[in-house]
Amino acid sequence: MRQLRHVLVIFAAALVAQACTKKNEGNAPAVDEIRIGQFGSMTGGEATFGQSTDKGVRLAIDTKNAAGGIKGKKIKLITEDNQGKPEEAAAVVKKLISQDKVIAILGEVASTRSLAAAPIAQQFKIPMITPSSTNPKVTQVGDYVFRVCFIDPFQGPVMARFAHDNLKLKKVAVLKDLKSDYSLGLSDFFQKKFKELGGEIVSEQTFQTGDSDFKAQLTRIRSTNPEAIFIPAYYTEVGLIARQARELGLKAILLGGDGWDSPKLFEIGQKAVEGSYFSNHYASESPNKATQDFIKNFKAKFNEGPDGLSAAGYDAAMILLNAMERAPELTPAAIRDELAKTKDFDGATGKITINGERNADKDAFIVKVDGKTLKFITLLGP
Amino acid sequence: MEEFLQHIINGLNLGAGYALIALGYTMVYGILQMINFAHSEVYMIGAFSAFYGSRFFNLTEHPGWGSFFAALALAIVACSSLGLLIERFAYRPLRNSPKTNALITAIGVSLFLQFSGQVVFGADPKLFPSVLEDYALWTYGNVQLRLFDVTILSVACVAMLLLNFFIQRTRVGTAMRAVSFSFRSATLMGINVNTIIMVTFIVGSALAGVGSVLLGLKYSKIDPLMGTLIGLKAFVAAVLGGIGNLPGAVVGGLLMGLSEEMVVAYLSSTYRDALAFGLLIFILLVKPSGLFGQSKVEKV
Amino acid sequence: MGAWRGWILVVLVALSIATLSSFVLNAYMQQILFYIAINVMLACSLNLVMGFCGQFSLGQAGFMAVGAYVSALLSLNWSLFPEPFHYFNFPLYAIAGGLCAGVAGFLVGMPSLRLRGDYLAIVTLGFGEIIRVILLNLEVVGGARGLYGIPGTQDFGMCFHAFFWAGATVLLLWRLVHSSFGRAFLSVREDEIASECMGINTTRTKVSAFVISAFFAGAAGSIFAYTTNSLNPASFQFVKSVDVVIMVVLGGMGSISGSVVGAVLVTILPEALRPLQEYTGVDLRMVIYSLTLILLMIWRPSGLFGMKEWTQFRRPRRAA
Repeated sequence: MRQLRHVLVIFAAALVAQACTKKNEGNAPAVDEIRIGQFGSMTGGEATFGQSTDKGVRLAIDTKNAAGGIKGKKIKLITEDNQGKPEEAAAVVKKLISQDKVIAILGEVASTRSLAAAPIAQQFKIPMITPSSTNPKVTQVGDYVFRVCFIDPFQGPVMARFAHDNLKLKKVAVLKDLKSDYSLGLSDFFQKKFKELGGEIVSEQTFQTGDSDFKAQLTRIRSTNPEAIFIPAYYTEVGLIARQARELGLKAILLGGDGWDSPKLFEIGQKAVEGSYFSNHYASESPNKATQDFIKNFKAKFNEGPDGLSAAGYDAAMILLNAMERAPELTPAAIRDELAKTKDFDGATGKITINGERNADKDAFIVKVDGKTLKFITLLGP
Repeated sequence: MEEFLQHIINGLNLGAGYALIALGYTMVYGILQMINFAHSEVYMIGAFSAFYGSRFFNLTEHPGWGSFFAALALAIVACSSLGLLIERFAYRPLRNSPKTNALITAIGVSLFLQFSGQVVFGADPKLFPSVLEDYALWTYGNVQLRLFDVTILSVACVAMLLLNFFIQRTRVGTAMRAVSFSFRSATLMGINVNTIIMVTFIVGSALAGVGSVLLGLKYSKIDPLMGTLIGLKAFVAAVLGGIGNLPGAVVGGLLMGLSEEMVVAYLSSTYRDALAFGLLIFILLVKPSGLFGQSKVEKV
Repeated sequence: MGAWRGWILVVLVALSIATLSSFVLNAYMQQILFYIAINVMLACSLNLVMGFCGQFSLGQAGFMAVGAYVSALLSLNWSLFPEPFHYFNFPLYAIAGGLCAGVAGFLVGMPSLRLRGDYLAIVTLGFGEIIRVILLNLEVVGGARGLYGIPGTQDFGMCFHAFFWAGATVLLLWRLVHSSFGRAFLSVREDEIASECMGINTTRTKVSAFVISAFFAGAAGSIFAYTTNSLNPASFQFVKSVDVVIMVVLGGMGSISGSVVGAVLVTILPEALRPLQEYTGVDLRMVIYSLTLILLMIWRPSGLFGMKEWTQFRRPRRAA
C-alpha cells in the first residue's frame, strides 16, 4: 500500500509542476512587443566574451527601440546565461523558445555552445544568428542557423597568405589554445595553407584558457628561431603572451586573428604587441560610416571602446532587426527567409552578405597594431 | 645548455608563485586540518584591492619601491580583513561539525567570491597597475634573470623562514601548534582557540595579499577567476610537499613549477596539466603524507 | 517487500514521469527533468562512496565523462538494433559506458584508496582532471571541439529510459546499503580498524563501493550524452564534481532519499532564479546559489535529511 502512496505523491507533484507550467505559458508575449532571445556566457570562465557580445546586442536593440521599434512594436531582449557550459546552452535555448516564446535567437561566441544550441533552434524552426562562432559546422546544422562572421577555413588561410606573400615569412611557430575550438580550427587551417604555400611550421605549442605563464612554451619556440609566431587566441591571453615573449627576448612578429580585437589588447600588451598583425572584421580608422557610428555610440553608452565581439554582437542584432523590418509578417519562417536574403548590409564590421550556406561573405581586414590604434594594412578576399 | 638554464629559471619562477600561495593553504591546514578553498579568491581580492587602491591614490604615477610597498600594504590589509571575515562568519559556526561541511562551506565561499567578483568588478581582464618597473638583472646570452623573478622567489623563501620562526619560536606560534595538536587541550592550557585561529587566518591571508601584488606585477593581468587555476595548483603543491609543513609547501611549489616547465620543454605542452596531477598522484601513492609530511599512526 | 515490487514501483514512476514530460511539459522543462534524472544518479552513486563508505571523492565528473564518451562513441559507430527498435541501443550502451567507467573506477580506486580524507579527495580530483585533459587531447572524440550528432531523442522513450535508470539506481543502491554486504560499507565508515577486526576486507569494500559508484556515474554520463546529443570536455570540469558533492551533502550524507532531494534542488535552484535575473538585469544567480550553500551548511550542517531516509521520518509518529 505504501508504494501506492508514493506513486500518488509523485502524481501530485506532477500536477503542481503542470500548474506552474500552465501559469508560465499564460504569460504570453504582449501584443505590442517583439521578443528576441539571447544566450551567452554571462558568468563563468568565459564571462568576458558573453558580456562583450551582450553590450553590442543591447546597443543595437536600444538604438532601434529609441527609433520607434519595428512596425510600431518595441523589441524585448531576453538574455539567458549559460555559464560557459554546453549543456546549459541547450537548456536555456529550450527555455527561450518554449517558455519565453521568442521569435529569434542570438548567440553564442564559442562554437561548442552554438553547436549545442543550433539543433534545437533548427528543430523548433526559430532563426538563430551566431555573432562570432567561426566553426563551419555551426551553420551546417540547418537552414535556420546563420552567422555574421568569417569561418575558420577563410580566416586561417588569409593569415597564411598574408604571412607568406606580404610579409615574406618562411618559418612560423604556432601557439594555440587547447581548450578553445576557435583556436584549434584557426590554427589547423593556417598551418595547412602555410605549408601549401611552401612555408615551414617550426614549432607548435599549446596552452589552456586561463593560464598565465607561457614562458615554457615561448622558450621552446625561441629555440627554433621563428620569424613569426601565429597566436590564434583571444585578447585575454594574447597580451600576456606578447609581454612574456618580449621578456624572453623573442623578436618574432606576432600574428593573430579576430579574437585579438579589443582595447584590452593594448592595455595589457602595451609595447609588446606593437607591430603585430591580425585579421579583423574592420579597421577602427575605416571610413565606413556604420563603423564610426557604432564606435561613437558604443563609447557614449558604455564609456569604453568596443571590442570585436561587441561589434559582431551589434551586427548580428542589426541584421536580425533589419530582416524583421523587411519581413511581411513577424513569424520565424518569414524572418528566416528575409535573413537569407541579407545582401550588402552596412554593418559595424563592414559590408555583410549572407551566402547560400548562411555564412557571411566579407573580406578580412589585415591590421597592424600601431600605438593604441589599429593601422589598416590590406584587404584580403577569399 | 642555454635553453636548459632558461627552463630552470622559468620553472623556479613559476614554482615560486605556487609556493607563495601554497604557504597560505598549508598554514590554515596545519592548524585547522581544513582545506581553505577560498584562499585563491582571497588572493584575487588582494589583487583587485591593490588595483583600485593604486588608482585611488594615483600610485602608478610614481612607480618605485614606495608605491610598491603602498600597494602591498593595501593588498595585505584587504586580504587579512577578508580572511578574518570569512573565518568569523563562515568557518567558525562550523568548527564542531564534520570536516566535509567545512570543506563544502569553503567551496561555497570560494564560489561566492568568484561570482560576486564577476558582478562587481566585471569579468573582463584588467591591467594590474605597474607600481614597479621590471627589468633584467642579469643576462647571459639568451638567458635572463629578471627583477620580479628574483623578488618572488626570495619573498617566498623569506616568508617561509619567518613563518617557521614565528611558529617554532614565539608564544603565539607555540599556541598555534598547541591548537593544531588538539583544540581541547589547548583550551585547557588557557589558550584562546578562536584568537589563535584568527591570527592564523590573518597571517595566511596576508601571504595571499603579498602573492597577489607580486604575481599581479609579474603577469600584469587580473580578472575575477585568476585565483582558480593557480589556487588549485598551489594547493596540489602544498599536498605534494606534505600539507601543514611550511618548507614542504615551498619545495612542493618549486617542484611543481619545475616539472611543469620540463614537461613542456622536453615532452609536449599538451600534457602539462595532466602531468602536474600525475606527479601528485605518484608521490601520494609512494608516500601518502607528501614529501615532508608526517604520517599519522592511528591508534585503536 | 517482495523483490519485484520495487521494480514495479520504478517502472510506474518512470512511466508517469515520462507521460507527464511528453504530454504536459515544454521542451525546457523536459530538459530540466533529464538533468534531474542524471543528477539523481550521480548524487546517489556518490553518496554510496561518501555517505555510506566515508570516502571523500571529487572525481565523479571524470567517471561520468568516461561513460558519456564511451556510449557516445559506441552509438556513433554501431547500431545494434535498427530504426524501429533503436531504443534498445540506449540501455545497452549505457551499461557499456557504465562498465567502462567502472573499470576506470577500479583503476583509480585500487591505488588511491589507501589514502584518507582530504588526500583521497585531492587524488580523485587529480584523476578527474587527468581524464578531462586526455579527452581534450584525443582526436577520436573531437578534443576541445567536442562530439556532435550523437543519436538520441528527447521523447517519451528516452524520458522513460532516463527515469528508469534513475529509479533503478535508487532502488539498487537502497537494496545494497540495506544488505549484509552493504553493512560492510557502514562499518568501514564508522571505524576502519574495528571493521577489519570483524573480518571485513576494508580495501575490497572500499574499492567495490568505488566501482559501483563509478558504474552508475558512467551510466548517468551515457544518458547525458543521449539527451544533449553533443559532448564537450567543458561539461566535465572539476566544478561538476563539486556540484555533485554539494547535492550529496545538501541532502544528507548517508541518506539515499536525501540525495534524490538534494539533486532535484541543486538542479532546480539555479533555474528557478532565472526570472530574478531578468528583473534585476544583473546575474546574481550564482551569487545567491553559493550564498544559500554557505547558509545551509551553517544552519543545517547534516544536510536536509541527515542520515535518515524519508520513510524514517514517519515511523516515530506512527509508534506514538
